[in-house]
Amino acid sequence: MTEKMTGAQALVRALEQVGVDTVFGIPGGAILPAYDPLYDSTKVRHVLVRHEQGAGHAAEGYAQATGKVGVCMATSGPGATNLVTPIADAYMDSVPIVAITGQVATPLIGTDAFQEADISGITMPITKHNFLVTKAEDIPRTIAEAFHIAGTGRPGPVLVDIAKDALQATTTFSWPPVMQLPGYRPVTRPHSKQIREAARLMMEAKRPVFYVGGGVHKARASAELLELAELTGIPVVTTLMARGTFPDSHPQHMGMPGMHGSVAAVGALQRSDLLIALGTRFDDRVTGELSSFAPNAKVIHADIDPAEISKNRHADVPIVGDCREVIGDLITAVRNEQAEGRKGDYTAWWRVLNGYKETYPLGYEEFDDGSLAPQYVIERLSALVGPDAIYVAGVGQHQMWAAQFIKYEKPGTFINSGGAGTMGFAVPAAMGAKMGRPDTVVWAIDGDGCFQMTNQELATCAIEGVPIKVAVINNGNLGMVRQWQTLFYDERYSNTDLQQVKRIPDFVKLAEAYGCVGLRCERPEDVDETIRKAMEINDVPVVVDFVVHKDAMVWPMVAAGTSNDDIKYARDMAPNWEGGE
Amino acid sequence: MSRHTLSVLVENKPGVLARVAALFSRRGFNIDSLAVGPTEHDDISRMTIVVNVEDLPLEQVTKQLNKLVNVIKIVELDNSQSVQRELMLIKVRTDSESRSHVLELVNLFRARCVDVATDAVTIEVTGTTDKLEAFVRVLEPYGIKELVQSGMVAIGRGARSITDRSLRALDRSA
Repeated sequence: MTEKMTGAQALVRALEQVGVDTVFGIPGGAILPAYDPLYDSTKVRHVLVRHEQGAGHAAEGYAQATGKVGVCMATSGPGATNLVTPIADAYMDSVPIVAITGQVATPLIGTDAFQEADISGITMPITKHNFLVTKAEDIPRTIAEAFHIAGTGRPGPVLVDIAKDALQATTTFSWPPVMQLPGYRPVTRPHSKQIREAARLMMEAKRPVFYVGGGVHKARASAELLELAELTGIPVVTTLMARGTFPDSHPQHMGMPGMHGSVAAVGALQRSDLLIALGTRFDDRVTGELSSFAPNAKVIHADIDPAEISKNRHADVPIVGDCREVIGDLITAVRNEQAEGRKGDYTAWWRVLNGYKETYPLGYEEFDDGSLAPQYVIERLSALVGPDAIYVAGVGQHQMWAAQFIKYEKPGTFINSGGAGTMGFAVPAAMGAKMGRPDTVVWAIDGDGCFQMTNQELATCAIEGVPIKVAVINNGNLGMVRQWQTLFYDERYSNTDLQQVKRIPDFVKLAEAYGCVGLRCERPEDVDETIRKAMEINDVPVVVDFVVHKDAMVWPMVAAGTSNDDIKYARDMAPNWEGGE
Repeated sequence: MSRHTLSVLVENKPGVLARVAALFSRRGFNIDSLAVGPTEHDDISRMTIVVNVEDLPLEQVTKQLNKLVNVIKIVELDNSQSVQRELMLIKVRTDSESRSHVLELVNLFRARCVDVATDAVTIEVTGTTDKLEAFVRVLEPYGIKELVQSGMVAIGRGARSITDRSLRALDRSA
């Protein structure tokens, strides 16, 4: 098929061909030519957001809810630079998105023209790859390459910057184009020798742990993980990015490791003699002080990105490959070991771990003045809404409580900003997730600080008919920063009080102004009823203002830069590690 | 710390040098020397990068470089199994008395005189880093007015070519 058309028409046609059904964006001068054919497209729905950052996070939410590549679009200059934060976010969390930006016309590039910014230069360190397209005939091939790069191997953001004159010029469109990526060859098949060695170590180990990261769900390997875990009887910890990848209710699940992980999960890693790290990257929020992280453990590290292996912690058995293939091969290799009578015996290990679980369950402090504990709100949300919904969190205390107190049973039901820690992620990402999975209930769990960064997308949700639900955990403060001020800055609360004048803004009125339903809840006894009321409204977005106590803190906690061994499960309360053994 | 010579085959496209340089700076790796030029294949450029790092960071450098979509292949060239050369142009102060001494040194180092003025000569010399350093040392007493040096280029000894297989990969994708 070969047809004459403009570069802009070729762009829209190429997007249709790669299967795009939703684009989040805002038009402007340089990208304007693309918006004309987009107006006619019956396959691509363009969602007009209120801020480009919202477009980027919506694309991320869409991508994570569907497993497809999310798409956002913006004009040159400030339109493009407003995408920088979500692009950086997608890079840190390996989310496949393609960002399409208009660029000033080729003769103007480099002249400091109106609304010119070198967005490919700016995003070089925060994209998996990016392109500057100056010829109309390169548009279809570049789009095909961008989607291929974003969605394969270790997923990530790809930016395609297209000069205005390339959009306006006439070209011939033919599909499929021939991709020219001689340097891009992701390895997905693991090495069989390493797999056999890994299985052998797993059978020999006395205290093994599966340390599961976001890569396992990205490889759609939850079912395989469950099979391997049950086959071996080895305990599992799921990182922030992996919540739901292994069911919370499973007896082998130890919880989330890391700075705000459970004592059982952190203790399991620290006392382990073998970490089987799957699709995870030994992030500092998980390891704490690196030199004292799991000091007696050998490491099997499987990841699709070779650069992650031995980056932070030496891997004794490095495995490069897609987690689904890796885990599938491990199942076979473990079966072979077991068939020859080599079975791991972890009885003593489970005695220790069950001791940790029983002695140090997750808990929280309630307030005797009748005010609301934020953890209670989230606990009730989990109980009433259930494990089929998608929960989307922002960044801060509410995010950690959402990770701790929602019972995740299914993969991909928790979406949040992990690596970048982007405040303002929740509302637009929830919008994107809901558009990708319209039949699934989507709850954003947001803090009042985060909510005020991106809540303008409620207008988009109301107008486009995207009935998300938002639980604002409103403590009137930048809560996580306040917590650090309480613990490490002598209770000097410098610039963390957002509501020195109460109810500015009034989130209920704000919700109503945006065409949403606004509800408020301030007492524990009203929580269930308020959540039920919110669950009954399915035609418009709902915002619930949960006014909670500002002194609630996230526990357990490993203070930044200290050893995981020094975890506190409440203020000044350290677990007795020997007690469980 | 030890010096490592990396030969990096990259797509001959705009911006590739910036990507490589930006990667080194943001990951905190130092480049001792960098040379870029065309190869026998129009679509491929070759960078020779000399880095001074321990073995473990070197592995990270190589893996991170490999993640760049425009990087086709990376080979570390062993010092004893490769030929390594740098080019230097040196302008040395001379008068009628010192000129013959300088020209004698030029011959000893198998360098070449490429420009002569009444009070200076310009010398071209190629060789390893050690040789160039030695040459500069012996010229210093005469007065070095100006000096410019290229990055190192290097090629493996023997009949094997690092571009052969990469070219086949390129042909397949085209």
